[in-house]
Amino acid sequence: MGKIVLNRVNKSFGDVAVIPGIDLEIENGEFVVFVGPSGCGKSTLLRLIAGLEDTSSGRIEIDGKDATTLPPAKRGLAMVFQSYALYPHMSVKKNIGFPLKMAGMDAAEAEKRIANAARILNLTNYLDRRPGQLSGGQRQRVAIGRAIVREPAAFLFDEPLSNLDAALRVSMRQEITELHQTLKTTMIYVTHDQVEAMTMADKIVVLNAGNIEQVGSPLELYHRPANLFVAGFIGSPKMNLIDGAEAMKHNATTIGIRPEHLDVRADGPWQGIVGLAEHLGSDTFLKVTVEGLGTLTVRATGEVSLRHGDRIGLSPQLERLHRFGADGKALA
Amino acid sequence: MSTHSSRFAARLMVAPSVALLLIWMIVPLVMTIYYSFRLYRLVSPDRTGWTGFTNYTWFFKSSDFWLAMGNTLALVGGVLAITVVLGIAIALLIDQPVKGQGVLRILVIAPFFVMPPVAASILENLFMHPQNGLFAAVSIYFGSDPILYMQDYPMWSVIGIVSWEWLPFATLILLTSLQSMSSEQLEAAEMDGASALSRFRYIILPHMMRAITVVILIQTIFLLGIFGEIFTTTQGGPGSASTTLPYLIFKQAIVAKDIGRAAAGGIIAVVLANIVAIFLMRGIGKHLDA
Repeated sequence: MGKIVLNRVNKSFGDVAVIPGIDLEIENGEFVVFVGPSGCGKSTLLRLIAGLEDTSSGRIEIDGKDATTLPPAKRGLAMVFQSYALYPHMSVKKNIGFPLKMAGMDAAEAEKRIANAARILNLTNYLDRRPGQLSGGQRQRVAIGRAIVREPAAFLFDEPLSNLDAALRVSMRQEITELHQTLKTTMIYVTHDQVEAMTMADKIVVLNAGNIEQVGSPLELYHRPANLFVAGFIGSPKMNLIDGAEAMKHNATTIGIRPEHLDVRADGPWQGIVGLAEHLGSDTFLKVTVEGLGTLTVRATGEVSLRHGDRIGLSPQLERLHRFGADGKALA
Repeated sequence: MSTHSSRFAARLMVAPSVALLLIWMIVPLVMTIYYSFRLYRLVSPDRTGWTGFTNYTWFFKSSDFWLAMGNTLALVGGVLAITVVLGIAIALLIDQPVKGQGVLRILVIAPFFVMPPVAASILENLFMHPQNGLFAAVSIYFGSDPILYMQDYPMWSVIGIVSWEWLPFATLILLTSLQSMSSEQLEAAEMDGASALSRFRYIILPHMMRAITVVILIQTIFLLGIFGEIFTTTQGGPGSASTTLPYLIFKQAIVAKDIGRAAAGGIIAVVLANIVAIFLMRGIGKHLDA
């Protein structure tokens, strides 16, 4: 069981409050992603939950029990590090078996669990190798193997895919998602990549400067961003944010419209000139400079034969328009 | 860049230095071998002619030689054990973040800058001296007689003095290795439930193995030839109690003035050093590979 509750958790280094105070509930079996720009405190928050950093104040509950001052080993959590942190002088088998050895588990049972983890992660043929003889993806799997043999209450992932190349990242992303569906254990996953967050999470926690900006399912964040930060952070390409006179027309300080919600129509209300056209085949991204609004990104489906310098009209889908007040919060 | 001609050019260009080094090494070695088979006593007018293996057999028949062999191995082994164990302990301590860390580290390393005979004199006269020494003062304070280090425990005293000199070297090398330890690995081990002792045993110590190997290899080379510390303190005595192989050779050459015999001793020392080197490389050399 892995329900984790954070109650006004605060972390300060000297006078600097990295995390001013966070309240968060993570349900048992959930896949939660902490996402935010670098330096937003997401890794620190994960390390607080892991017990690798001391909380300055507040309370962390794991499984209904106060774990605020428990040492990491006693929290029943397993962590996968960005650098994998494999033990270079041990074989894959010993790496995976290390937590069991430390727990004093008898050899036969440990052997069984290692074999099972190796089977799940396709590592059976590599058990006698050293980490140095493995590829990046295999090392990543060993690190995950070391985490799953302990059958922890929850898994913590600290940017585990950032050292992998793009293709491998996509396949490891799927593997981790599948692993979650097999094990049904709580997972907390830290990333700065919003694509990872959108594709993997049950629940996304968007962090900025140590504060939670919004918590919700990927589509909730996409359709109803609570504020400007979330609106700009979630979604690729980024939402177009427009302020000034055009926003005033909609009774808002700032309005936002996603690139995919701008239609290219000759009679559209916003007339502009195409600056850059990126042809991806399935989509075409257009950078369109509109007088008085600035440069807008437009996502047109399919192949569009527009080129640099072409004059086009844009029409926003008004029901998809996001409105934000002076304080940056979304208006109902 | 490894064409046939470039390799040839490279060889041609390093050839002079290789030749020079070869002569530098081979001439003294051949001369020593030559003298070791000669009758060459400085105090005797009769200093010509070959003597076969007499110079060598003298050593093997002499009880002093076997004592010196034992002392040499005790010195090397003792100093290695003390410096590696204490070196690891001190390195672990000064790796901790404390105030004045820089000054502390310089203090720890300082003994290494003291010349061996000076270091030996300091320890002999200021610490181990039965009347003026600090250790004597401590003994008297606790109501017991001062220990006569140089007289009763000559070999242990020499080992202590040499360890004092070499401990900073070991500490320094081991500290750098400790600083290259990945903190994520330690954190991972902590998450995996390893206690501080297990983390040391399973993570830190294996990580330090290469540095420990370097310390052992380098120190062995220097410790086999330790001379100044013995010369300034025990003079190899009392009797021959603290005579090591280099000191025995010195006694043959300078005290007994028998160059031929000393040369034979030198060759034996070279062979011994090579045997030790082979065993060391066999035993722990594998830790040097990545």
